[in-house]
Amino acid sequence: MFGSIDPLLLLASLMVAATPIMLAAIGELVVERSGVLNLGVEGMMITGSIVGFIAAIMTGSPWLGFIAAAFGGAAMALLFGMLTQLLMSNQVATGLALTLFGLGLAALMGQGYLGVKAPSFPDWDIPLLGDIPIIGPIVFQHDPMVYVGLTIVAGVWFFLNKTRAGLVLRAVGENHEAAHALGYHVVRVRLLAIMFGGACAGLGGAYLSIVRVPTYADSLTAGAGWIALAIVVFASWKPGRLLLGAYIFGGMTVLQLNLQAAGLPLLDVLPWIFGVIAVLILIWGITVSRSLSNNLITIVASFASFAVLASGYRALGWSFNDQLWLSASPYIATIVVLVIISAGGAPGSLGKTFHASR
Amino acid sequence: MTEPLMKLRGLTKAYPGVIANSDVSFNISKGEVHALLGENGAGKSTLVKTIYGLVKPDSGTMTLDGIPFNPAEPRAARTAGITMVFQHFSLFEALDVAENVALGMENPPPMRDLAQRITDVSKTYGLPLDPTRIVGDLSAGERQRVEIIRCLLQDPKILIMDEPTSVLTPQEVEVLFETLRKLKAEGTAILYISHKLEEIRALCDQATVLRLGKVVGSCTPSETSAREMAELMVGGTLHVPNREAGVVGKTLMQIKGLSAQSPADFGTSLKNVTLDIRAGDVIGIGGVAGNGQDELLGALSGEIKVGHGQISFLGQDIGHLPPDARRALGICAAPEERMGHAAAPDMSLTENAALTARKLKGLTKNGFIDWGKTRTFAKEVIERFDVRTPGPGSAARSLSGGNLQKFVIGREILQNPQILIVNQPTWGVDASAAAVIRQALLDLAANGAGVIVISQDLDEIMEISDLFAALNVGRLSKPRPAKGLTIDEIGLMLGGAHDMEVSHVD
Repeated sequence: MFGSIDPLLLLASLMVAATPIMLAAIGELVVERSGVLNLGVEGMMITGSIVGFIAAIMTGSPWLGFIAAAFGGAAMALLFGMLTQLLMSNQVATGLALTLFGLGLAALMGQGYLGVKAPSFPDWDIPLLGDIPIIGPIVFQHDPMVYVGLTIVAGVWFFLNKTRAGLVLRAVGENHEAAHALGYHVVRVRLLAIMFGGACAGLGGAYLSIVRVPTYADSLTAGAGWIALAIVVFASWKPGRLLLGAYIFGGMTVLQLNLQAAGLPLLDVLPWIFGVIAVLILIWGITVSRSLSNNLITIVASFASFAVLASGYRALGWSFNDQLWLSASPYIATIVVLVIISAGGAPGSLGKTFHASR
Repeated sequence: MTEPLMKLRGLTKAYPGVIANSDVSFNISKGEVHALLGENGAGKSTLVKTIYGLVKPDSGTMTLDGIPFNPAEPRAARTAGITMVFQHFSLFEALDVAENVALGMENPPPMRDLAQRITDVSKTYGLPLDPTRIVGDLSAGERQRVEIIRCLLQDPKILIMDEPTSVLTPQEVEVLFETLRKLKAEGTAILYISHKLEEIRALCDQATVLRLGKVVGSCTPSETSAREMAELMVGGTLHVPNREAGVVGKTLMQIKGLSAQSPADFGTSLKNVTLDIRAGDVIGIGGVAGNGQDELLGALSGEIKVGHGQISFLGQDIGHLPPDARRALGICAAPEERMGHAAAPDMSLTENAALTARKLKGLTKNGFIDWGKTRTFAKEVIERFDVRTPGPGSAARSLSGGNLQKFVIGREILQNPQILIVNQPTWGVDASAAAVIRQALLDLAANGAGVIVISQDLDEIMEISDLFAALNVGRLSKPRPAKGLTIDEIGLMLGGAHDMEVSHVD
């Protein structure tokens, strides 16, 4: 019933579509765990995308492009860090300014690069693993940056939960005054985290201009930085959930593009989608968690009623703006899922200015 | 005579406008509990921060084991064997006990071994603690155990404790003293800061008294009376509050069957509290922390709204009224947490004065604040209660805890309320300032107001109150005349076999 949509191709492109947001979000996660709210992710991403693109064109090497993008993003972040950590400026205002500055700077640097094609960045055919039927093409036949991104997420998880430096970073984000009293360098830790966040955002931006699109255009990121920020919050500042959130967003983005291309009326598909989700959650509840809590039943019931509502709406024959709802679907789905699993837990000092004298 | 463990010679530290320490010298020996005494702002905190490497002295030297000791940062001090338990705990609520301990150690072992060592040490010293619990869920006493165990795991030569008992219940204080005596027997030196002179007399071997940053004397606490020590600190004779036998008037406020849900996650709900407050009464309410003190204050001040007929003032039902409306009637309150609850940290003292006193003192006209009048009122509070600050324009945050407490309490007292409810009025306040606050509370009652003093300091309650009642798991005992109550009777009222392990359970 999905007509021209190839589920294999869909799942395979999911990982690619999720990578830029995942990269930007994992960087921001580290920044926020250290207690800093940097709203300039969008600005750092777009800077990374143009810096990486120019470097890739000039050198002909996408890898050098990515490295340059990381440095470009980190440099933007350092600007933010100096203003907020050393000059004690307001984090929210400075972050917003960084986004505006980044968008303008990228537009300026991008003059003369509009419409130029990026050097090719071939997929990485992993021997053996890539040859596994079905799983191989979905998981193991992408460009290397997809795996670099996954490695960074795994690395961040390991760093935060298993290393002493990660513990210190969390402590600084949790209560900067106590951390200072114990003799940890709050500002130094935060500056490093901010720069890491910038580098990751830069990588995410460059992935868009070098691999995903692959060319540079004005406002290329189109709000991806804001999605990354939202995913960090809804993922409760946990790397595992962040990965899930990024993949749901990526998956829905590809799915809705495919649906639009297939010209399939959304209303025909919606009841099925909701129905399948309800059944999947029900099965998960019975097999994995082995108990049907009220919470779970509510969730299943609401998905089921969505399915009924959608088919009822269709049966009545009312008008429905397919394109609008399709375009909005990734945002809606990501927020719904992450809200269901989110459990709060913002770092205690998030967004607060630290001053050593008090 | 053996060489002292640590020698301090001529330590001086000046901040803009104030000399925190001036030529401070004394010795600490092995296995000695050394008390550091002084009023708020006498320079005790600066001195211990210097020893812990958080503050660099302008001049002066320290030696440890005969070797010059100049820690550049706390890390160096910890490596040298100096550890510290902070007054406001340096803990991270969202992290678990083991992680908190690891953060305060120089070279922590892997997490699995650390958990085992925490369990071992906590058994050895009688400080039960589960390494996997999240610190945010622990009671104040348990949090302090985390800090102490963090220090013990590093085999300290010197353990610095900054007002360790201010947040503890009497039972917890006993446990703490046992631990400290054990440590002393093992040869650890303890530098102990406290305002509670009786505690110092019971625990400490030597005392050094600071006043305005200078060493003004030293004594052997066990051979010196609390009064003598207090006078050394103040540098004059200590004024003890005296209360005239007041005439008890008509009933001002009636609390009948007050029940209220606690707004906090781990709070204690009030259950069927009944109390009459008459003009001229000072009612002391004792109880172990976390038994509904905050909730009682909230219900009386109007922060927690209660059902119909549960609280009435001069015959009028006020249970539904918000704090502002109650203030207009003459019911004022000062909560325990001064920073952020009693006062807005980033606003000036003048602005903070306007926040609670605007109705009773008539500080607003046609909806506009009369700044001149407000400033005059703030200045009056500062003068009457000896608040040490450059002026009413200073931010509340810039005041030390004790000084802000004086301001917050003074602000309410000077409004001449008909009913005043205070929670921990002299917490962290030095002896002379505490005497001023207590005297003001008594004067207020003598002038016909009803005063409720919620406090964990039993000595304080016994000193000023006419009636005593105890809070236990949200229930209030029947008030009894304070005069003639014995410690045993009070103990029974407080809940008898009240187990400290479950004191935080709702």
